Amino acid sequence: MPTLADVAPGTRATIASVGGERAFRRRLLELGLLPGTSVEVLRVAPLGDPLELLVRGCHLSIRRREAAALELTSAAGESAG
Amino acid sequence: MSEARVCLLGNPNVGKTALFNALTGQRGRVGNYPGVTVECVGAPLRLGDDRTAELIDVPGCYSLCARSAEEQVALNAALGLGGFPKPDLVVQVLDAGQLLRNLYLTVQLAELGIPLVLALNLMDEAGDAAPDVAALTRQLGVPCVGTSARHGQGIEQLREAIAGALDERPLARVGVRYPEALRRDADRVADALPEAWQQGSVERRRALALWALMSLEDEDELTGMSPELRERVRDVRRDAGRDQDLEIVSARYSWLTELLARAGQGEVSGAAHPLTERVDRVLLHPVAGFAIFLVLMTLVFQALFTWSDPAISAVERGVQAVQQLVQGLLPETVMRALLVEGVLGGVGNVLVFLPQILLLFAIVGLMEDSGYMARVAYLMDRVMRALGLHGRAFVPMFSGFACAIPAVLATRTMERRRDRILTMLVVPLMSCSARLPIYTLVIAALFPPRLIGGVLPLQGLLMVAMYLFSTVIALVATAVLGRTIVKGKSVPLILELPPYRMPSWLAVARMMRDRSWEFVREAGTVILAFTVVLWGLLSFPKPPASVVETSAAPAALVAAPEALPAATVGPTTGAGHGAETAPPPDAASSPELEAEAERSPIAQSYGGRLGHALEPLLRPLGFDWKIGVGLIGAFAAREVFISTLGLVYGIGDADENTGTLREKLRAERGPDGRPLYRPLTGLSLMVFFAVACQCMSTVAVVYRESKSWRWPLLMVVYMNGLAWALCFALYQLGTKLGF
Repeated sequence: MPTLADVAPGTRATIASVGGERAFRRRLLELGLLPGTSVEVLRVAPLGDPLELLVRGCHLSIRRREAAALELTSAAGESAG
Repeated sequence: MSEARVCLLGNPNVGKTALFNALTGQRGRVGNYPGVTVECVGAPLRLGDDRTAELIDVPGCYSLCARSAEEQVALNAALGLGGFPKPDLVVQVLDAGQLLRNLYLTVQLAELGIPLVLALNLMDEAGDAAPDVAALTRQLGVPCVGTSARHGQGIEQLREAIAGALDERPLARVGVRYPEALRRDADRVADALPEAWQQGSVERRRALALWALMSLEDEDELTGMSPELRERVRDVRRDAGRDQDLEIVSARYSWLTELLARAGQGEVSGAAHPLTERVDRVLLHPVAGFAIFLVLMTLVFQALFTWSDPAISAVERGVQAVQQLVQGLLPETVMRALLVEGVLGGVGNVLVFLPQILLLFAIVGLMEDSGYMARVAYLMDRVMRALGLHGRAFVPMFSGFACAIPAVLATRTMERRRDRILTMLVVPLMSCSARLPIYTLVIAALFPPRLIGGVLPLQGLLMVAMYLFSTVIALVATAVLGRTIVKGKSVPLILELPPYRMPSWLAVARMMRDRSWEFVREAGTVILAFTVVLWGLLSFPKPPASVVETSAAPAALVAAPEALPAATVGPTTGAGHGAETAPPPDAASSPELEAEAERSPIAQSYGGRLGHALEPLLRPLGFDWKIGVGLIGAFAAREVFISTLGLVYGIGDADENTGTLREKLRAERGPDGRPLYRPLTGLSLMVFFAVACQCMSTVAVVYRESKSWRWPLLMVVYMNGLAWALCFALYQLGTKLGF
């Protein structure tokens, strides 16, 4: 299954499952990154890490390593923008 | 009846502090609630003509669930646990444009049976997404007020709602439908809740049980949790074997989605702030964004390093003027010397930091409030991660190049105590501006101004090398300390990038005022005490009357952590210290020099004797007792080393550009008849100054910020130990190699 770390910037996808270390995962869930939620990778920081995500109208940044624990149902096509 | 207490809670970046300022007014007296790790600020809240309550600003949080002690503060403040007074009402501040995520915290507060008022802030930003406040009030059953703290809108309505709610104690209607199995789990946990948590409704006990179920784990840092509760949670989690975290959060989100639908709110999707997105395309651009960042940081550095200089000089002149005034008014006694040189000097040593502190917090405040600080953390996270820190550590570390004092204060912008402590411990290794005059003196005195390979100036190169060296040492120390003494579980980064906003000048001004006042009040007292002690050490016992003529007491203890070499070390003459007449420089064959120095009043003082006593320890580094005395003086501030060394050599008014002092250093001979101050000694001395912790103000400020003597003591031990070891290795190896 593709993960959030695999997709190119500008890709919008749907979260299938949220993994990772417990406190971190709990915080992501509480911020609304639940299975079924739509998420877009907006960009990658100039030094290659972390990623900037757009979830429910909120801009969040997490590192690539943790993004790899977020599985996606489908890495749907490029978003318009 | 005692004054009612109102807690202000909310997610980060929702304008909570702006609302706090708007509610309490500019003249609010701000007092601190020293928590274990985080401080909450309280101020009186006027509720009507004759009523006031106390409003307590709690650090922002996304949820009451906690693993660290920092995160536990929100729960403690809301429930009145862990030393917090029990609040009569919680005012939750929400981002009106991000209701769903913000209401998650509301659910937790409501389930705990805490009387609530909701302030839907940032209404002006929400635009089309702005909620129907009346519908939300109807659906939740607690007063909801639309506000825009920056523009002062809705503040009076909120004040009225708070006044009314203190009488009515409104409870929110929430009805999250948790799965049957989860409810059974929660009831099992509820049986093991501590006595104090058992009061109140069934719902409240279940809410506390859910909190425990989500928060407690083997490696958490929570305090005040009973072993029974911990064991029960462990059992229940093991028996259930289900994903309880997901069940709890999902159930809450489902209910909230329905609630918002009933209140006429749709789902938010896409970028809510098109302007922010357009700005970020530039500011976070791989090339342009990074270039702008570097330019901005250069400006910050320039501001701290240079622009603060006139203000620092003004402070110094002011203190000198007062010293001279007092000197003229009082008869010459020991008490006068104590007052002028010890106490007033100490006050000067405190005040001299204010320009840089105010400047740095103006910059930090503007960066935080505008939203750029989060971008700095985003841009620099990759670098700071390599050191075991987060991107937020960048600004404090960087500010350390100017002065460690404001830099240590700036560690407040980091959330985790472990990260703050680690940053505080290494910031003093960055080569601050007070080291510059030392490098200048040593390089000018001991290294010839020649060109290497006909192009590169040796002296300039050495200066650059010292800055590089200190940076490398600081980075290595961060990596090592972070993996050993200040070990912490590495916490993954979750960084919110809030929309750009116009900074609130009131909030920035308030932050500058509060930080400066805290520094003066708490670190200032320690610095003052150190100055008086140091003055005593270097002034007593008094030499016999015959030598008093040349007595140049350590008037130079008032010195500044400032930038421009010319202005830096001009010691505050404090008035009336004799020895302005320097002996002729050619009087300097070594034995005479030694004898002359031995006779100087400062060599006779306790501090001087201590310098002598330290000599066996300093010899292997290439230093003699005179440098030892200088090092003791340097504890007031590094640049004082030069004036103290000057006093040892009988030069009244030495600075790093004083030719006589350079001559004397060059003329010194060691026991073997070779020049005592060779380039190797100079290198050793510079390395010592780069690494050693010699600044009492840094010690005081680390004590104030860590609320313990443990960390400043550790800092003194590790930095000085490291400095000694490095200089030992350098000098011994260099001597063996014949330098």
